[in-house]
Amino acid sequence: MTSVGQGIDRADARAKVRGEAQYAADTPVAGLVHAFVVTSALGHGRVTAIDASAARTVPGVLAVITPDNAPRVPGATKKKVSFDRILQVVQDADVRYADQPIAVVVADTPERARAAGEALVVSYAPSPIAVSLAQNEAAGRKPAKAGPRAEPDSSRGDFAGALASAAVKVEQTYTTSIQHHHPMELHGTIAVWQGNDALTLYDATQGVFPCRERLAGAFDLPPEKVRVISHYVGGGFGCKGSAWSHVALAALAARVVKRPVKLVLTRQQVCSLVGYRPRTIQHVTLAAAKDGQLRAMRHDVISETSRFDEFVEPSGLVTRMLYACPNVTTTHRVVELDVPTPTFTRAPGEATGNFALEVALDELAYELGVDPVELRLKNYAEHDEDENKPWSSKSLRECYRRAAEQFGWRHRRPLPGSQREQHLLVGWGMATASYPARQSAASARVKRDRDGNFVVQAGTQDIGTGTYTILAQIAADALGVAVERVRVEIGDTALPETPVSGGSQTASSTGSAVKRAAEALKQKLDALSASDRSADTELVAELKTEEKPDRKRFSTHGFGAQFVEVKVDPDLGVVRVTRAVSAFATGKILNVKTARSQFMGGMVWGIGLALLEHSRRDERSGRIVTRDLADYHVPVNADVPELEVIMLNELDPHVNEIGAKGIGEIGITGMPAAIANAVYHATGKRVRELPITLDKLL
Amino acid sequence: MKSFDYLPAQKLEEAVARGEPRTSRFIAGGTLLVDLMRLDVERPDLVVDLNGVLSSDIAWNEAGLTLGALARNTDVAYDDTVRREFPVLSEAILAGASPQIRNLATTGGNLLQRTRCAYFRDAAVPACNKRKPGSGCAALEGYTRMHAILGVSERCIAAHPSDMAVALLALDAAVHTRRATGERQIPLGDLHTLPGTTPELETVLEPGEVITRVVVPRSPRGRRSTYLKVRDRASFAFALSSAAVALELEQGTIRSARVALGGVGVKPWRAAATEAALVGRPATSETYRAAAKLATSGAKTTPDNAFKVPLTERVVARALERAGALA
Repeated sequence: MTSVGQGIDRADARAKVRGEAQYAADTPVAGLVHAFVVTSALGHGRVTAIDASAARTVPGVLAVITPDNAPRVPGATKKKVSFDRILQVVQDADVRYADQPIAVVVADTPERARAAGEALVVSYAPSPIAVSLAQNEAAGRKPAKAGPRAEPDSSRGDFAGALASAAVKVEQTYTTSIQHHHPMELHGTIAVWQGNDALTLYDATQGVFPCRERLAGAFDLPPEKVRVISHYVGGGFGCKGSAWSHVALAALAARVVKRPVKLVLTRQQVCSLVGYRPRTIQHVTLAAAKDGQLRAMRHDVISETSRFDEFVEPSGLVTRMLYACPNVTTTHRVVELDVPTPTFTRAPGEATGNFALEVALDELAYELGVDPVELRLKNYAEHDEDENKPWSSKSLRECYRRAAEQFGWRHRRPLPGSQREQHLLVGWGMATASYPARQSAASARVKRDRDGNFVVQAGTQDIGTGTYTILAQIAADALGVAVERVRVEIGDTALPETPVSGGSQTASSTGSAVKRAAEALKQKLDALSASDRSADTELVAELKTEEKPDRKRFSTHGFGAQFVEVKVDPDLGVVRVTRAVSAFATGKILNVKTARSQFMGGMVWGIGLALLEHSRRDERSGRIVTRDLADYHVPVNADVPELEVIMLNELDPHVNEIGAKGIGEIGITGMPAAIANAVYHATGKRVRELPITLDKLL
Repeated sequence: MKSFDYLPAQKLEEAVARGEPRTSRFIAGGTLLVDLMRLDVERPDLVVDLNGVLSSDIAWNEAGLTLGALARNTDVAYDDTVRREFPVLSEAILAGASPQIRNLATTGGNLLQRTRCAYFRDAAVPACNKRKPGSGCAALEGYTRMHAILGVSERCIAAHPSDMAVALLALDAAVHTRRATGERQIPLGDLHTLPGTTPELETVLEPGEVITRVVVPRSPRGRRSTYLKVRDRASFAFALSSAAVALELEQGTIRSARVALGGVGVKPWRAAATEAALVGRPATSETYRAAAKLATSGAKTTPDNAFKVPLTERVVARALERAGALA
């Protein structure tokens, strides 16, 4: 029996439930001391003085590190790759955003480090501050790129000409709010120096290798002198994808006190030190012929970034490829503000851009008087018109059909406000979901141990998605053995090199490498004579995989269709999602249990983005006002109905060795629009500003 | 959090005496005090633990319901007598916080919980008249979606966050206290003070004065009472607006009424004008809606929280409707 596809239990479940899984900050290290990051009360200006006299009297304090005495970190502001971040590691007195690191205190206990940090008396010289995206929209500039591989602007056909002659138009502005990732596990790092030229980090990271590269760069060390270990990660969602300032600050503090240092951020510090999904303002124009055929599309995206680093929320990319349309223009602009640098957040670009695009399509459907699903089928993209390539596979029609059928879409009465249940308004909405199927180079090693069992080794990290589990399944099938005979060792730069667990690419990248390595080992085994095969010798196969040559001929995306029911209290404005049915076609499903969890997690995030999550910045100080999980609302169980997930098992021989597209992010991409469209259907009110809170419906 | 001394009080007199300095704080459930200490907002020198000197009993007798100051929120909410005689109290408690917090939080502590104003809770914000009298109020021109619209002053617009207190206010509860000079009884409506020019003062309690119990009198309105809370998230969120209502009906006419509001006042807020507009009128939707219109009279809003005026009127009308329909 093959293991791939089976919904076997997570390999790490038992350890996690029993509290035995060791996260970065749990690692027992002899002689450990504790660092606390002191952050700026000011939002823009300079620190003019730090009086540490009171802090130094706190018992147990070992060091107060400020720009005056901090060792130099030569590479703090040097980026090698786009997701490297410019770090603030107390090298100068400038304050570029609120809650920026301005000092680090080290003490024998975390409580004493924090108490001493709070005892610092800091004087500031403020400068004028600008943090409002809306007020500074006109200051938008063109970024170098909209993503690692994407140009900021695109154009095909003649948008203006087609718009002028089109029969029906929708022209609207959509906005999204700051979203923080708020993983349950706070960011934590333990830094251990071996002398002055070798560093070990236990870090909560989505990428042990990128973290190694960034820290080696920051401290001017050869990468092989830095080892990063991350056996479990309690949620990442993008904010553990880059090595942020606190990781370098832990290493800096450890160098100063010449002892291992642990540094864990507070929930409040997560609001400023590890990125966020930036606000977007999106202007969308759609034009269609009377029969619903799209004639012109335009999507102009404005998002915020810091003044010292660049991150672009690539919301317009989806508009380039999702539908068939001959005349399409997209642009991305960034506005530099006195804010920390934003970053990747679950489906960066797709989650926000698809909200704007798919709500605009719903508006167009109402203008035309056609069913929203019909409109999408009418404009079905038979190939990727942006890259001008065929799809490696696309089963979106099947997704619409299956999800609509399970949802009961054909019973929908299109008129807004026409469906009621007692005093509640009932609304049904839908949207398309999509996410690119990415792959990066990855290496893996598979060994036969002396006991005859097998060990998979790869540097990659399991950020909660099920990587431990699926790698064992992939190897077991390639080796032709039961999955119980395969052990997985990951989360360590001492193991073969793998990419960041971001962009939904771990299964496709590292999974492909594991498959090939296991196949190579199987060949070695098969070549051995029966007596040699049973001998207690260790056998190893290690290799690196990259994209299949064939793959470059195709455009690779996962697709889905998401249908949502909301109930709205017309007097109180309260919206609750009461049903959600999603169908996804994302290549081969490796494990139906962990896959379902990933899809559901994305859908829950979509509920948060649509209805609840909203980090609010005080416009005078730049400080985040919603600083904890009571004031920042992630969905709780009561906000989430039974989520119905249909997984189409799609055959895709081109996408990669294992035929699987990423699944970690696509689940969020259609939800915000589906919910917003359902709210319109329920109430007749078109809310184009997320989140849809009840005051917008009163 | 700064270092502090901890005293598990053995006798009530000891707690009152040691709790008297302004730098002392009492701890019962600790669900808020510890939170604020970790945020460096509360910086006591001494924490006096009341868990050894107060009662957690819940008793029902001729006088009504007596809740020991240490009665845990969970125990009160699920008490059979409370659910039968004062459903509004059970509903209000269960509409607040999370099960874990309710298991620890106490009756006395709940009444004394401090505001959720984000500017109060962020010690790095220099202007907060509650934290630092005379320093100003960052909220006035700030982000105020969660802030009060009733009872606000030029110095403070922080909302009182309790759900339970709103229900107790609608039930004419009184707190019994112990201070250096003896015991006293304070009607719940008089416990909390308006911010005025002294937002740092939140109750009439003297330094060292301890709430020992809360008494809810028997009431002809108790069983016909309900709590309606509207919030952004379906659970574990503070009220945008809430209403505790208790009605006494006689042959379709409202004989007496209590209406108290949460999420909108600087303290648990009695909607006296609404109550007056109900008494003697027929128990109909028209009556409820007309009376609810008066609930927010005197409101002072900001652009962020102006929606609370229409919202509260609708919340009150819905709650009255619901109470009126109770069997």
